[in-house]
Amino acid sequence: MFSFQTIFDNLPVLIGAARYTLLISVLGCAQGLLVGAVVCAGALSRRVWLRRAAALYVSFFRGVPLLIQLLVAFYLLPVIGINVPALVAAVLTVGLCAAAYLSEVLRGALNAIPRGQAEAAAAIGMAPRDLWLRILLPQALKIGLPAIINELILLVKASSLVTVVGIVEITRMSQSIASATYRPLEIYLAAAFLYLAINLVIAQAGRLLERRLAY
Amino acid sequence: MPDLLHRYGPDLLTGFGMTLFTWALGTLLGFALGFAIELLRRFGPKRLAWPIRAYVEFIRGTPFLVQLFVLYYGGPLIGLRLDALPAGVLGLTIYGSAYFTEILRAGFDAVPKGQIEAARAMGFTDGVIVRRIMVPVMMVSALPALVNFAIILTKETVILSMITVPEIMFQTQTMMSETFAFVEPILILALFFWGFVEVISRLGRRLERRFTHYLLERS
Repeated sequence: MFSFQTIFDNLPVLIGAARYTLLISVLGCAQGLLVGAVVCAGALSRRVWLRRAAALYVSFFRGVPLLIQLLVAFYLLPVIGINVPALVAAVLTVGLCAAAYLSEVLRGALNAIPRGQAEAAAAIGMAPRDLWLRILLPQALKIGLPAIINELILLVKASSLVTVVGIVEITRMSQSIASATYRPLEIYLAAAFLYLAINLVIAQAGRLLERRLAY
Repeated sequence: MPDLLHRYGPDLLTGFGMTLFTWALGTLLGFALGFAIELLRRFGPKRLAWPIRAYVEFIRGTPFLVQLFVLYYGGPLIGLRLDALPAGVLGLTIYGSAYFTEILRAGFDAVPKGQIEAARAMGFTDGVIVRRIMVPVMMVSALPALVNFAIILTKETVILSMITVPEIMFQTQTMMSETFAFVEPILILALFFWGFVEVISRLGRRLERRFTHYLLERS
């Protein structure tokens, strides 16, 4: 018998655990944007070795499964003398991984900005710093917004993998509830629908934000 | 390290074989299922449109790991008792089908209307139009996205280790827990996967170039 009661009883705990899912994906996305901007700057640099380094970074973080990256961070950081809490390691890893994808998003968005704008800014004597902070980056963020929202949704789903380093987010919590209640079907389905709800909300918020920013 | 490799080499190799096997089978079956779903959505009865949309949204909106848990641990409660390997392949198939069907949908949408109208004007039957015009043209425009998703699936196969499918990640973790050697196995695994994905990507690009060659030449 499918027991809705089990779901209702445990839903508050699952929603409580969603805090960590959101924390990891939102912080990971923010860090991904920051690091991604740096990697993107490297990819667009005139220096060959910077371009190579950026390409290597993107290739590594996109080529190695996140699950393995998480284990690398979890087991290897202590070996080289860095002891950070699992949560910090998880956010950092998710963020570094997201940076690889977001740097490509930013690169595409920057390419979509008409070249004339940078030339015009240079012509009126704008400093490179202002050019980037006032002209290029704001527009790149706007053009890339759908892809960034998409990445955030991917991160919400990817955050389920941090169970392997022992952080009690939705998936880990549902594992322990499932083994305590012997109701895996109900609990895992509830977890799945919780993820679905979070992602639908993010997608909707993204659409609203896009409409708000459109001119 | 050489000792470790000697002792665990065979296990790692079978793990690698298992990774390749689950990936290839999951991708093929996922593509087949996705194709069937897209044909149903496009040419089947209208009342199927809504359930198909719900299926696609559900699969794409939830983590693959949770889907596997539902299937593997929740399945027995509704009489679906599967071993880890079939459950893993079925999970990959279902997961892949939702993404493949969306890629194929975009591909079908990109088939120029004029070609279909021209074929109809020349008296082609509907079946022939679909088989000889729509599907080939659709496949060419969808190929890059299909290859890209097949590459993404290589990385999803490691998640099968969480339901104890003995693929490379699972073997490595077994090795780690038996020997307490963490650094080398994980580094090797990471490097291995990096290479694996790189090789698959190159092959994919070559495949793309072969089938879309004529498009590039003209432009």
